[in-house]
Amino acid sequence: MLHIVVCIKQVPDTKIIKMNPKTNTMDRRTAPAILNPYDTHAVEEAVRLKERYGGIVSVVTMGPPPAVNAIKTCIEIGADEGYLITDRRFAGADTLATSYAVTKAIEKIAKTKPIDLIICGKMSIDGDTGQVGPGIARRIDIPPLTSVNKVVEINQEEGYAIVHRKLEDGYEVVRSTLPCLFSVEKTINEVPYSPLPNMIKAARYKPIIWSVDDLEGVDIKQLGLKGSPTIVSKVWAPQKPAGGTFFEGNPEAQVDQLLSILLGKKELFETKEGV
Amino acid sequence: MDFQDYKGVWVFIEQKDDVVASVSLELLGAGRKLADKRGVELAGILIGENVKHLTKTVFEYGADTVYVYDQPIFKHYRTETYMKALLECSDKYKPEIIVYGATSTGKDLASAVATDLPTGLTADTTELDVEEETGLLLASRPAFGGNIMATILCKKYRPQMATVRAKVMKALTPESGRTGKKIEESISLKEEDIRTKVLEIVKETVKKVRIDEADIIVAGGKGLGSFEGFQIIHQLAETLGGAVGASRDVVEAGWIDHAHQVGQTGVTVTPKIYFAIGISGAIQHIVGMKNSSLIIAINKDKEAPIFQNCHYGIVGDAFEIVPILIEQFKKALSREKVSNTSNG
Ligand SMILES: Cc1cc2nc3c(=O)[nH]c(=O)nc-3n(C[C@H](O)[C@H](O)[C@H](O)COP(=O)(O)OP(=O)(O)OC[C@H]3O[C@@H](n4cnc5c(N)ncnc54)[C@H](O)[C@@H]3O)c2cc1C
Ligand SMILES: Nc1ncnc2c1ncn2[C@@H]1O[C@H](COP(=O)(O)O)[C@@H](O)[C@H]1O
Repeated sequence: MLHIVVCIKQVPDTKIIKMNPKTNTMDRRTAPAILNPYDTHAVEEAVRLKERYGGIVSVVTMGPPPAVNAIKTCIEIGADEGYLITDRRFAGADTLATSYAVTKAIEKIAKTKPIDLIICGKMSIDGDTGQVGPGIARRIDIPPLTSVNKVVEINQEEGYAIVHRKLEDGYEVVRSTLPCLFSVEKTINEVPYSPLPNMIKAARYKPIIWSVDDLEGVDIKQLGLKGSPTIVSKVWAPQKPAGGTFFEGNPEAQVDQLLSILLGKKELFETKEGV
Repeated sequence: MDFQDYKGVWVFIEQKDDVVASVSLELLGAGRKLADKRGVELAGILIGENVKHLTKTVFEYGADTVYVYDQPIFKHYRTETYMKALLECSDKYKPEIIVYGATSTGKDLASAVATDLPTGLTADTTELDVEEETGLLLASRPAFGGNIMATILCKKYRPQMATVRAKVMKALTPESGRTGKKIEESISLKEEDIRTKVLEIVKETVKKVRIDEADIIVAGGKGLGSFEGFQIIHQLAETLGGAVGASRDVVEAGWIDHAHQVGQTGVTVTPKIYFAIGISGAIQHIVGMKNSSLIIAINKDKEAPIFQNCHYGIVGDAFEIVPILIEQFKKALSREKVSNTSNG
């Protein structure tokens, strides 16, 4: 029986997000909240491993109360259990404070159900760093394996996992002791439409919700804004370059003008032509 | 923590197959500026097996000092071994800033190191500066889906750390013969204590698309209407001997593979010539190509933002303009060839 914990995050859908041009802040009202797209692949992989080896999949997230909906999406994909840690004292966390808080939740989960494997997404589309996964691994002191795009084998008896880690020009096959943490690529799997029974289960599902006080051995100074070494000092709209010159005339004439400019860079084309 | 004890700017030197990664050379260029502004040393930290000779390159590209860990245990990159070396070195020599390329290796390593130190880590930085007096690192990056830029500080911890995107900083022209201080370090790690083993490295034989290395890029957008329409981009690229780029919407439509995507969630490119055809010029696209030497935009909408971000613009239908361009260019090139042969 494997126990796999997947770390997930609810994020604003940045595809639809609108910025307030005056204040340079994100208009959160316009952005629907979704399960971080990268994390859908993390959950899907955990569910596949559960089907392959038997076991249970728990998901854990730190976020505001509506993050319950992201947990429900995970139940639809096939997760068994969901934990939300939510508290005002978590607010404003950067990656260091996030990995601290999520680790505390994982430690509590592990007390009753020891964990064999933790899976994270490659990155969150709003945090956009990919730092939280390795951070959690370091805090628990298990090996972090990033860029995982295939799980070859999980051997619980002998306590190892073999995966492919994506490299720029191929991949490497790595063996690690269990427990360990994977950050998975989007390409690791395709997430199919959820089966109906899962949807029904998700609709009724009530995750376990913890506040800071429910966790053990928490150093409040390491949480939220206070526990975050990085601070955003200013935001600004990226400057726009001056803009280009338009060519004049009919299409042929315009192309002629362009060509005379390009041919001024003849050296570029000669090498390519092998002259 | 006494900040006075922390001095110097460090660049993590990523290497593979006996070559220093170009992003590390770019970071030496950027790091040189920070170090000079602060009046401190610029150092490279080089970890690997049989890598000592690479220090020469690191000096030529601007470092004053190189810390080297050259041991068999570092043959392959592994988070835990590299992290231990870096932590030990940082503990001993106390740099005020450490920067890494925002590659998979650089990000992996920096995330682990930041947690253990602990310190703040800014990801995917595109601008770096430092406060002369305080040594405070100003690391700026696109935020909230690239709609805005944010400057991120780490006031209370040293060293300050950032990963930096490839192709946004400029490497210095290497100064041949330039040298510096080489400090050889070693770490007592036993292979049997390391929890991960690299069993095999598999190089994919299919030629990987590396559009970030192309001199000419012809990029197409959603304006080409369909997979079939997008083929004129391939034709023009082939005629010019260039690579094919694409906007994210094109990749999402499945007209081309993600390796061709230019922009914030794709590749940053700096070719000599960049064509943006049927691309509206969303900010997330612009951040990935704005440093190209010559940007040419073709779009039928005169108001399209891409025209604010190009050197030359043609307002018109791509399906009318591009075929003329291909034909004229072929003619011009064959004329060149004829005159070349007659001269020779
Ligand atoms: C978090 C986040 C990350 C993103 N990352 C990226 C990224 O890395 N790269 C990226 O490109 N985008 C990225 N985007 C998406 C980006 O915001 C835009 O949606 C996308 O770049 C638009 O693609 P497009 O210009 O091809 O399409 P459109 O915006 O639909 O533009 C099509 C253009 O074609 C023109 N056109 C139509 N017909 C013709 C014709 N016959 N001839 C000539 N012109 C014609 C139109 O006038 C229009 O300007 C990201 C968005 C988010 C939120
Ligand atoms: N608030 C959070 N709660 C739980 N897991 C998180 C949280 N933030 C990030 N993660 C995990 O860490 C991964 C990387 O996120 P990030 O470092 O923000 O890019 C995500 O894909 C999640 O798996």
